[in-house]
Amino acid sequence: METGHFFNHKHLTSLADLSVEDFELVLLTARSFKEISSRSIKKVPTLRGRTVINLFFEPSTRTRLSFEIAAKRMSADTFNISASSSSAAKGETLVDTALNLQAMNPDMVIIRHSSSGAANLLKRHLQTSVINAGDGTHEHPSQGLLDMMTVIEHKGDLTGLKIAIIGDIAHSRVAHSDIIGFTRMGATVSVSGPATMVPLEVESLGAKVCLDPRDAVADADVVMALRIQRERLLDPLIPSLREYAAFFGVNESLLRLARPDALIMHPGPINRGVEIDPAIVDGPRSVILDQVTNGVAVRMALLYLLMGGE
Amino acid sequence: MSPAGGNYINQSHGPLFLQNGRVIDPLNNMDRQADVLIVDGRIAQFVEPGGKIETPAGCERIDLAGKWLLPGLIDMHVHLREPGQEYKETIESGARAAAAGGFTAVACMPNTFPVNDSQGVTALIMAKAAGVACRVYPVGSISSGARGEELADFGEMKRAGVVAISDDGLPVSNGQLFRRALEYSANHGLLVISHSEEVSLSRGGAMNEGETSIRLGLPGIPNVAESISVYRDLALAKYTGQPVHIAHVSTVEAVELIRRAKAMGCKVSAETAPHYFTLTESDVGDYNTNAKMNPPLRSEADRQAIIAGLADGTIDVIATDHAPHSRLEKELEFDQAANGIIGLETSLPLTMELVRQGLLSAAGMVELMSVNPARILGVEGGDLGIGRRADLTVVDPQKVFIYREETIVSKSKNSPFIDRELTGKAVLTIMGGVITHREL
Ligand SMILES: [Zn+2]
Repeated sequence: METGHFFNHKHLTSLADLSVEDFELVLLTARSFKEISSRSIKKVPTLRGRTVINLFFEPSTRTRLSFEIAAKRMSADTFNISASSSSAAKGETLVDTALNLQAMNPDMVIIRHSSSGAANLLKRHLQTSVINAGDGTHEHPSQGLLDMMTVIEHKGDLTGLKIAIIGDIAHSRVAHSDIIGFTRMGATVSVSGPATMVPLEVESLGAKVCLDPRDAVADADVVMALRIQRERLLDPLIPSLREYAAFFGVNESLLRLARPDALIMHPGPINRGVEIDPAIVDGPRSVILDQVTNGVAVRMALLYLLMGGE
Repeated sequence: MSPAGGNYINQSHGPLFLQNGRVIDPLNNMDRQADVLIVDGRIAQFVEPGGKIETPAGCERIDLAGKWLLPGLIDMHVHLREPGQEYKETIESGARAAAAGGFTAVACMPNTFPVNDSQGVTALIMAKAAGVACRVYPVGSISSGARGEELADFGEMKRAGVVAISDDGLPVSNGQLFRRALEYSANHGLLVISHSEEVSLSRGGAMNEGETSIRLGLPGIPNVAESISVYRDLALAKYTGQPVHIAHVSTVEAVELIRRAKAMGCKVSAETAPHYFTLTESDVGDYNTNAKMNPPLRSEADRQAIIAGLADGTIDVIATDHAPHSRLEKELEFDQAANGIIGLETSLPLTMELVRQGLLSAAGMVELMSVNPARILGVEGGDLGIGRRADLTVVDPQKVFIYREETIVSKSKNSPFIDRELTGKAVLTIMGGVITHREL
């Protein structure tokens, strides 16, 4: 690429490992690759002969498909493995599974796992490149990058922007990667939600914690709603989905406090009517489907940079 | 190095003359250069430097110039994994690790398979412990199967050899059961050791709750999960008038509660482990499962409070909570890895670190690692008086070494201190006049 910066990483497990120059290079590369997906023949030979394994221990349609399409558009060979995430249940440890895969000489292992740090564990044991496609409640770095790319497309630059994220910040790997990425690139991030889901310690990631979602959203350039997981009712983190929707759902009255041109984002899949009003999902300021499109471009860039394609 | 395979057992109880060491025996107000004669496994005589003595025939002389001679160290909280998990540790291998770390006695927790909740299991442990490299004092369980439902047979276990009772590994969540255990322990003179943890606040947790747990995305265990339970235990000890011993104290709040309870005359004693005064939650680093234990590594403020508690006598004992696990339990996703680390071979050097920093005196260290555990458990030890059993630990306070995985005596290698440079090491361990570990 033209930045003159060399991407000196073999793995991507956390956005905290990337410098400002790294972010610029990934996002610039992704922008240049995005055009490939709009051609009639959506394939370049860049990663021909490379082998990419999608090792998914959690059900995921969207992220797995996005990585698979990204790899195929770069002409890499892809293989998908879905497995149960409990070591005890399958009688083979994660490390053993990964060492067996490595013995077949892949160039990249992309892992999705319900345990935080699963990708970090793999990278300690494998020679192969590892991408974290979401680990427990830790991080989802490629999602963070595609969110950054989407905002840059519409706003030009991240410096000085105000990003509001509403939802279960403590348990959201997307929120963690977004907070790290956006703040490193000069944006401010305000978060809000039930206090059970937004502990003050979140500020150590770089976000500002607001008890009232209206404070987080005030004058925001971007408003992101996070998916509320029903199992969080059991902890108990919230009384009910109805109460959540009433007090923390992203709706028109909340959005009136944001800037008129504020972007609406959601990492999906969406619980329409819980964390976000359906009309807003489909409204003019929503860039939710742009996020999906950019996901492919960002993942093409990551595969290219991490595998050192020619 | 210590002889492999327990050769020490065959050594004769020949007389030993230990010369030129600094004898540190706080129970007898002794801290000075002296020579010590050991005959028939007991301390026979002290000789002032330069003094004359007729050593008995066949007496071995060992020069301890520059070394410290202490009453044998006692670790009142270890897990030896036998019966049931001999692939992690056996009583024999754990005892050798203890001797290598300078310990002459250990108390082993009952969470074996089966649980030591009956005289049969206690008798098995006692039989396996005969002739190993250190004294082994079994701890029986408070409840049958450590299920927290009904009391185990304290009296029968005591007759078979237990010195204390605990459901360690798990708290006794039922307050009534814990109260009854305190009351009934009085009939048998058994110490109740509490693993204090409010499970409704800690369940599912993998590390200390705070900024590091947020960054790593790991479920947290807050300090209050310990302090709430410690308060309950102290309140019940006060109400029943019975002594209680709080295991592995890790939080600033628990230290303060114990300090206040002692000031109120409550019969409470407490222990902490070297990792709580050496490491913090930041040592979890990049999901290092060898930094995972329960209670978890806490914050720097907690670490400082633990050190203050050791220095002012609030915490009575340093015990390791030696918890061997194999790679099978540790080379896993962090949330799925087992809790616990080994500690027998690093406890003394890590405590010596506090002595070198001036945070503890040498005599204070001996109280924490020998005198107090003997007194609290009600076993012989911590005492170099004439006629006492010759359980001795010789420390080279200057010895610098790197703790290497391949030199670990314990069967398991799950230590966060591997490759750490340590200063101060047990170079001679003597149990009842028999050398169990020697590297001088
Ligand atoms: Zn315990």
